[in-house]
Amino acid sequence: MVKRHIELIKKQTKPYIWAITFIAVSIASYFFGFAPGITIYTSFEAFFIEMITFIPFLFVLVGLFDVWFPKKEIEKHIGKKSGITGILLVIILAMLQAGPLYGAFPVAYILYKKGASVRNIFIYLGAFSSMKLPMLGIEIGYLGIEFTVFRTLVTLPLAILIGVLMERFVGGEFEVKDGR
Amino acid sequence: MINNTIIFASVAGFSLLVSFALDKQKTRDAIRKGASMFTGIAPSFMNVLVLVSVLLFFVPQEIIAEYMGDESGMLGFFIAAVFGSITLIPGFISYPIAASLIANGISYSVVAVFITTLVMVGVVTLPLEIKYFGRKAAILRNAMNFVAALIIGICVGWLMRIW
Repeated sequence: MVKRHIELIKKQTKPYIWAITFIAVSIASYFFGFAPGITIYTSFEAFFIEMITFIPFLFVLVGLFDVWFPKKEIEKHIGKKSGITGILLVIILAMLQAGPLYGAFPVAYILYKKGASVRNIFIYLGAFSSMKLPMLGIEIGYLGIEFTVFRTLVTLPLAILIGVLMERFVGGEFEVKDGR
Repeated sequence: MINNTIIFASVAGFSLLVSFALDKQKTRDAIRKGASMFTGIAPSFMNVLVLVSVLLFFVPQEIIAEYMGDESGMLGFFIAAVFGSITLIPGFISYPIAASLIANGISYSVVAVFITTLVMVGVVTLPLEIKYFGRKAAILRNAMNFVAALIIGICVGWLMRIW
């Protein structure tokens, strides 16, 4: 019985081996007063808080999207035959989001699963990384409205071009996995 | 950061309530699916965060700012592009850095390429990206975005000068 439990714990913690090692080193750094270890842990903590305060909600939304939106409908709007409207829709979806790029990958997966075209998936990623409304707000605050508008106007056509090129180069064999 | 949480939490909470009112079983399935995707990818997320924290320590912000301010301009531009590509710095840290670079007389081109590569190219997140998109697509996306970032840096710098 006990042996089986240990096996199970081993199996479940194995993927976290790096994180566990890191935490162990951080605790040791704290006790021995090792300054670099403490500095590294401090930034890790900030990143971790940023991640854990939105990623779980994001996955709830991805799950809900999966069960409620029929593939046929999504495919019609942002699939292969969707044209300009499809591009506009994925850009709007991207602009309404927040968070770092790794939060966009699960959304890309669910869009793919629902029949979005390769082009639109990559346009979504481009718009996500550079045109999220919450980020544009911060950018205007720090760098001014001119800079933000110019950067967005130059980035948008390039993001669309990258989507088109990605479809051409990897379109045939492309698939998005759920990250496992 | 806190704002993100409030937005995400309220949208997710509201959607869950509506979904639950419409169909309990579907809502349970949705949560199960979301949770399983999350637990599947969580170790990779953790690895990215560990890697970024360690990297940031070895390449501190002051040193980056110093190199980006290189007088020749060209070198600063490329250092900004390469550094922005490798790391992942959240907006609430990167924008204040960018603003201080501008205040120190560093050109808009350098700042634009830095900001753009930070958000559009991710070398530390590449292993994670490969898990989702496969090796070829992930590398190609990053390479194309790197080139696009250089173009964006040059164009934005030029637009800010002629404006």
